[in-house]
Amino acid sequence: MRSRKPNKPSLVVVGNGMAGIACLEQILRHGKQFDVTVFGDETHVNYSRILLSNVLAGVQDFEGITLNPLNWYQENSITLRLGVRVTGIDPLARTVNGDDGSVTKYDKLLLATGSRSMIPPIPGMEKAGVCAWRTLDDTKRLLEWSGPGKHAVVVGGGLLGLEAARGLQVQGCDVTIIHLLDTLMNRQLDNTGGHYLQRKIENLGIHVRTKCTIQAVHGSKHVESVELNTGKLLPADIVVVAAGIIPNVELGRMAGLTVKRGIVVNDYMETSDPDIYAVGECVEHRGMTYGLVAPLIEQGKVLAATITGNRGPVYEGSSTATKLKVAGVDVFSAGTFDEAEAGVDVVRYEDPGLGIYKKLVLREGRMIGAILVGDVTESGQYMEWIRSRQDLTAKRRSLLIPEPKKDPGATVAEMSDAEVVCGCMGVTKGAIIEAIHDRGICTLPQLKEATRASTGCGSCAGTCNALLAAVAPGFEPDKAQVLCGCVPYSEEQLRSMIHTQQIRGVQQVLEIYGNGVGCEKCRPALSYMVDVVWNGGHEEDRASRFINDRVHANIQRDGTFSVIPRMRGGVTSPDELRKIADVADKYNVPLVKVTGSQRIDLLGVNKEDLPGMWADLGMPSGQGYSKGLRMVKTCVGADYCRFGTQEAIGTGIELEKRLENLYTPHKTKLAVVGCPRNCAEATVKDIGLVGQEGSWQVVVGGAAGKSVRKADVLITVATTEEALESAELFFQYYREGGNYLERSYDFVERLGMDKIRRETVYAPPEARAALLERLHKAKAASYDAWQEGAMPRTASQFVQIQSLETPVEV
Amino acid sequence: MAWFKVTEAGNIPLREGRSVRLGRRELAIFHLPEGFKAIDNRCPHNLGPLCDGITKGTKVVCPLHGWNVCLETGKVVSPNVPVGVTTYPVRVSDGIIHIQLPDAKSSENELEEETAA
Repeated sequence: MRSRKPNKPSLVVVGNGMAGIACLEQILRHGKQFDVTVFGDETHVNYSRILLSNVLAGVQDFEGITLNPLNWYQENSITLRLGVRVTGIDPLARTVNGDDGSVTKYDKLLLATGSRSMIPPIPGMEKAGVCAWRTLDDTKRLLEWSGPGKHAVVVGGGLLGLEAARGLQVQGCDVTIIHLLDTLMNRQLDNTGGHYLQRKIENLGIHVRTKCTIQAVHGSKHVESVELNTGKLLPADIVVVAAGIIPNVELGRMAGLTVKRGIVVNDYMETSDPDIYAVGECVEHRGMTYGLVAPLIEQGKVLAATITGNRGPVYEGSSTATKLKVAGVDVFSAGTFDEAEAGVDVVRYEDPGLGIYKKLVLREGRMIGAILVGDVTESGQYMEWIRSRQDLTAKRRSLLIPEPKKDPGATVAEMSDAEVVCGCMGVTKGAIIEAIHDRGICTLPQLKEATRASTGCGSCAGTCNALLAAVAPGFEPDKAQVLCGCVPYSEEQLRSMIHTQQIRGVQQVLEIYGNGVGCEKCRPALSYMVDVVWNGGHEEDRASRFINDRVHANIQRDGTFSVIPRMRGGVTSPDELRKIADVADKYNVPLVKVTGSQRIDLLGVNKEDLPGMWADLGMPSGQGYSKGLRMVKTCVGADYCRFGTQEAIGTGIELEKRLENLYTPHKTKLAVVGCPRNCAEATVKDIGLVGQEGSWQVVVGGAAGKSVRKADVLITVATTEEALESAELFFQYYREGGNYLERSYDFVERLGMDKIRRETVYAPPEARAALLERLHKAKAASYDAWQEGAMPRTASQFVQIQSLETPVEV
Repeated sequence: MAWFKVTEAGNIPLREGRSVRLGRRELAIFHLPEGFKAIDNRCPHNLGPLCDGITKGTKVVCPLHGWNVCLETGKVVSPNVPVGVTTYPVRVSDGIIHIQLPDAKSSENELEEETAA
């Protein structure tokens, strides 16, 4: 135990959640004037409750959502009592009783007891498999229960219900949302907005039943089904209740405080007892209770001033603005949006194709409410207009289509310093600028670290970046371009969305983030991204692939195809050559040609003949048509060549075996040479291994196409195995970071060799192992495409359709 | 004018095309979310096989040089040239795709007409 200074008054905080600890952080900013004890009935340190949805969706782990690690409590000399529930308060003796039998004295008491899930009084709710979703332990339980083939029913189509539904779906469950009212998120959205959201949710494959309730939960001990108000039974292995929250006010009542729906506080966050304060979801202020993070932070700041003897700042209530990502969909809602109200004007914008809906509500020329679904870029502006109540009559014609900004900093320049940028963490523009100046911050990760802005739902990342661009001297603008008008995001963003939202199909990406249609540019690119993010653990969408990758041959100018069998390292045999000759004869192949890649190309083949030719050849596909590994060209090397210093053929064949059948952003051509004479031109290949006396030089980013570029040296290594591994590291690094149709020589120029070396061959051992592990996972899931000749994906993959009836010509 | 039974709807995967020979014509049939479409299979540009193109909503992109052909009107919509291909009416009944050809007769249809007369 630390020795306590007897003259410090004691502060007891009941509740170790976001509200209590955020408030405590503010209190500590006024100085360490209290001896602090924190009680938490959960057994975990303070974590971000809003990020539990990420944990359920498998995007973050429990450690990743910790807000205050144990050493934060220690550093601030806070006595932490985890797993202890406070069961009583004696306001006269000024003590609290713990359920462990402890009695703790307080001079000041802070109630941050939060709220609990409302469990509707339905028969069968006590069965195993029924669960509210509120805590980290609930989340652990749901992760344990869920899995492929499980049926999950989510009661409540509000924010929490939608997050639960998406998380469970990502875990493999078949999910149905049951919602009492007509439309989803009815507290934040109007009916049209709710319908837009519902369509996006249903596109994800989640079933939605609105105007629906559950009247019973059936099953022996464990839930087996739920009975709807219509009498219909839905199979259910898991039932999650997300039908609203109830403030935990019992302790307040026990202490004799004024309690209505919540514990009543005044504008200074004082309760009816001068030594007791309350903050967060358990509080009622001016008749309102709040369930979002931003108001709790605002309350905490005021409370901290009051309790530390700096009484002055007042809390005047929070504008009920919500800006978040619900199951991957951007949603913003603020103010009121009742159109029936007298004197109200509505400005609307709808794009059903892209799933964008905007509605602005005005009264007497002033904005009083806004709803945005699918595109929330202007939300900061709307929020500010609602707050400032400014007269918008002059701007009336361009409310929805803001005038183009000449200066990219203009949007953020128009924001006032008090405007909240990150609603989740309550960080203002002023606070961000202060952090940028005081701490020399110039990247978003640094800004997150310093201010916690953008660490909640992340929807303010764009504004944070704009602020960095405008204010930070060292900020490097994001050069990334959007992939395509169909899905207007950069490839880096898309890869991250595919990963974090666990999307495994091209059509799903287009439905959620794009126009639902796609085109010949974005579809193949998205197909590649899904492949490289999941390393084979996904559904390949053949409709999104160029014809070459549907029939595994290269289409020629007359609509025929070319067939190139794999000939690893350019080495063949009399037997293979005989088979190639026989096949060329049998199928009347018009042209047989030796390629620049040391292989043999059979040109002018009809699509229908492809499977037969592959079977007769009995050789694997050389992938001479794909955006993937083409070949590893070799020289004769030390086996026969007088000058050879390293074994080129064997090394080349081994390299080809390790990388064949894998896709890359663009075609990838490799070579291995046994000495610096470079007979197989390794220094103008995407990856080259150049043998020299006692070592290998690994070179990358070479080209001998439209332009000629000498490859850069990645590393020089002593052994053949090290050379192969270095090539593998770069290959996977390019697969993951290259934009679709970006050749390796553009890739290395864009990133720079220093960065590439730092993140591949000179990366920490764990990072290198992880790269190789992902490569090997993808390799294990890959296969020789020509196997589809014998096992076509569909009966008509290679053959023309034979009509059931044919016309009699007239 | 006559309708011809061509193939089971399930033979053409969603958002893909397949070719079929009907007398002297070669058609490309596409399976779109909004239904099946049939056009002449040869791109007006360089006779590329349109059935092998990637679909882009209700358009197909020729695999050879990227011309965009509208599957509903047959018109080339990109580049901006006043050419196009013939389109054919399609209907699906009992899971079978039927295509109507303007100037061809089927023996079956003649039979039906005779019976009707």
